[in-house]
Amino acid sequence: MRRCSWRIFLAVVFGCVVLGQTSVLRAQAVAPKDTGVKIDGEYGPFLPTDISVDGYQVDRLINVLHVFMIGLFVGWGLFFAFCLVKYRQRPGHRANSVLIKAKPSKYLEIAVAIFEAVLLFGFSIPVWARVKSEFPTDDPMRVRVVAEQFAWNFHYPGADKKFGKLNPKIIDLVKNPLGRMDDDPAGKDDFVSGEFHVIEGRSVVVEILSKDVIHSFFVPVLRVKQDAIPGMRIPIWFKTKEKTAGAYEIGCAQLCGNNHFSMRAVMHVDTPEQYAAWVKKVTAPPEEFKED
Amino acid sequence: MAQHQHKGGGHGHDHHHHDDHGAGHHELSYWRKYIFSVDHKIIGIQYGLTALCFLFFGFSLMMIMRWQLAYPNKPIPVIGSLFPSFFPGGAMAPEMYNAFGAMHGTIMVFLGVVPMLVGAFGNYVMPLQIGAPDMAFPKLNMMSYWVYFCGGVTMLASFFVKGGAAQSGWTSYAPLSVITQPHQWGQTMWLIGMVFLITSSLLGSINFITTIVQLRAKGLTMFRLPFFVWAQFVTSFLLLLAFPPLEAAGILQLMDRVAGTSFFMPEGLVVSGQMQSYTGGGNPLLWQHLFWFLAHPEVYVLILPAMGMVAEIIASNTRKALWGYRTMVYSIIFLGFMSFIVWAHHMFITGMGQKMAAFFATTTMIISIPSVVILTAMVITLHGASIRFNVPMLFALAFLPMFAIGGLTGLPLGLPVSDIQLHDTYYVIGHFHYVVAPGTIFAIFAGIYFWFPKATGRMMNEALGKVHFVLSFIFINVAFMPMFFQGLAGVSRRLADQTGYAHGNAVQGLTRMSSWGAWMLGLSQVPFIINFFVSMFAGRKVSENPWESTTLEWSAPSPPPHGNFKSTPVVHRGPYEYGVPGIAKDYFPQHQAGAEA
Repeated sequence: MRRCSWRIFLAVVFGCVVLGQTSVLRAQAVAPKDTGVKIDGEYGPFLPTDISVDGYQVDRLINVLHVFMIGLFVGWGLFFAFCLVKYRQRPGHRANSVLIKAKPSKYLEIAVAIFEAVLLFGFSIPVWARVKSEFPTDDPMRVRVVAEQFAWNFHYPGADKKFGKLNPKIIDLVKNPLGRMDDDPAGKDDFVSGEFHVIEGRSVVVEILSKDVIHSFFVPVLRVKQDAIPGMRIPIWFKTKEKTAGAYEIGCAQLCGNNHFSMRAVMHVDTPEQYAAWVKKVTAPPEEFKED
Repeated sequence: MAQHQHKGGGHGHDHHHHDDHGAGHHELSYWRKYIFSVDHKIIGIQYGLTALCFLFFGFSLMMIMRWQLAYPNKPIPVIGSLFPSFFPGGAMAPEMYNAFGAMHGTIMVFLGVVPMLVGAFGNYVMPLQIGAPDMAFPKLNMMSYWVYFCGGVTMLASFFVKGGAAQSGWTSYAPLSVITQPHQWGQTMWLIGMVFLITSSLLGSINFITTIVQLRAKGLTMFRLPFFVWAQFVTSFLLLLAFPPLEAAGILQLMDRVAGTSFFMPEGLVVSGQMQSYTGGGNPLLWQHLFWFLAHPEVYVLILPAMGMVAEIIASNTRKALWGYRTMVYSIIFLGFMSFIVWAHHMFITGMGQKMAAFFATTTMIISIPSVVILTAMVITLHGASIRFNVPMLFALAFLPMFAIGGLTGLPLGLPVSDIQLHDTYYVIGHFHYVVAPGTIFAIFAGIYFWFPKATGRMMNEALGKVHFVLSFIFINVAFMPMFFQGLAGVSRRLADQTGYAHGNAVQGLTRMSSWGAWMLGLSQVPFIINFFVSMFAGRKVSENPWESTTLEWSAPSPPPHGNFKSTPVVHRGPYEYGVPGIAKDYFPQHQAGAEA
């Protein structure tokens, strides 16, 4: 009876795993319904493709941490299991009232503390410093990302590399979604798109803004995530690796309302030629007819 | 028999001593005895039953949400057609998903787990463990329960107002929480409900601190307190110091919603193309700081009493003293203190600079050390033990590896660099659910099985309990383990449908696995529910100390009468004197006089 019920448990667990696994295998990086753009990269139950020059530092820390965590857990678990078996209650066995002197636990705790210090000062703080303050000086592309419920707007400064001023009072959802001002000379050659285009192998500085609520700009393949907070303009930067041209996903990682789940955009990593062609296409027709 | 000995009055209660009871008191009416009672045990049971209902309700919300996640936009079987006004077309709309998500979090944390740990176990067990006849302020105690009850009713009622319940997550980040459902009551009722719940916790915490400081039995020094009492003591300080900022913040947000202020609303907001009139330069980050200044200590409110319960059960069932009791006490005090200076690790991605991030990452790494110490101490206690595998012990033992997983997976989230990828993904969900679900909830089950005979005089059924344990242990892991892999894959939390993303669609199988795990986990609670109610009336009757434990609650009759003890207890020794040489029995209760060990 007892054995039989165990078999049922195992069968159910196995069933769940199979159900899960087959769906994992079946699923491919298919084009989601809304855009029809084929997404590049490999996706599965571990970290996705990394197309950023600095992404490996994030991955390295995540991997080192997991090796450490699994090691610690298995070590602990073995001692735990050993105790459960060896010291189970049985006739003739009485607990030892004298507490053991467990020096090893002290060493273990100190080792954990040292390891955490190494991770913190060796892996985390220097990388964070690089990400946060070493902004690229190699003539990066500059793009403003303006988040709103439930879309991403990408504001390019055009040939003069200067962003025109934005005025929230003149925002018009159809004609002027960012409130660009006609009388600002810096803004004359700016353009706005719902697609994010960058050039492969070139640094990009992105200023992140929000019109309404808090969103979060998340590009899994870049290991980039930054909240977009209304009232703040937060710069971040990244650089794609060479030969990574393709289409990738941008998601919103912070709950922003009803359609949060569909607040998705596509990031196109272009060759310089593809990028030039796209800019030409976007800037060619007059603004009024661009929205189609 | 003892059940009907609740003599003594509600009046004259505040300054009672044990000796006051006995002759001369009139029998209380049913209402004063069981509904508006000032007896800590009745209030504890009221808290417990209410919290169990809320836990079940919060879990049900999640089981419905898991359908939408596993089979997006497909009609929900049975439930969908039962509540057509909630689920138009039988399926779950994204706004309903968000409402259920926000209320699942709120209900589980503020109406389920905290009232269960502090309100129920703290109220029932703590005064018994310190040999007190009741709490220091019995009327305050009653008020605390009823204020909590009002908060719960407010939260529940918000499902039925126009526009539905709050939809901005249990964190209620402004500006979203201020601008959604304009001129509707959902979020506003959430805020009012929170004010009730916080007030209730504040009243409780003052009562707990006073009781532990003032009402300990003679001879019960601080270092003779059971570890559970220490856990409650530290927890009460956390509640007392962390909740007022959130109460203030909640009222500020309420003003932003209903009175047109702009504490958290910056200028120049444009919602759906409409310029908003907020002026004065509020800051959305202020809300996050105030919220997490509460909510990180709150995390320890969710775990410390659970650790305390597990420690009690482990000591009793290993038949030996806790290893490193003093170290554990110092660790838990240190944990409590540190929990006030780690809050901004929830905010690394808000654009935090180097110095702030370095500070909060460092404090976060430091706070992991005392947790490691406490967990290690409990595991080492097993060494040289004589372990009884009864149902409470099974749950308490399972707590250890489950909490270890929850704690360890906090490390990648506590370091800003790895947090970049994992923040706000399912990895976070997996992490804190391992702490709170197979961690704290297992401790709660352990506590229910352990103290049930004290509260009712009857045992819960052992076989049903074991079935409940094995099924729960398997399916809780099937439900939560896949979340770590989803998180690594980059799937964000709070998505009503992740299949729109290529990386989400690639791990949709894991989502289904998790959903099936959750539903099976729901079914696994059936043996518990049956066991709980049947044992209440038909369980095996037991003596006052069925587990042969040492702490004071086991010297009181089961169930303890009004005033708790037959004679005022005097404490002669530490809390865990098991296997003392020269004593025939393998346990030496705290209240028994005799040769000092």
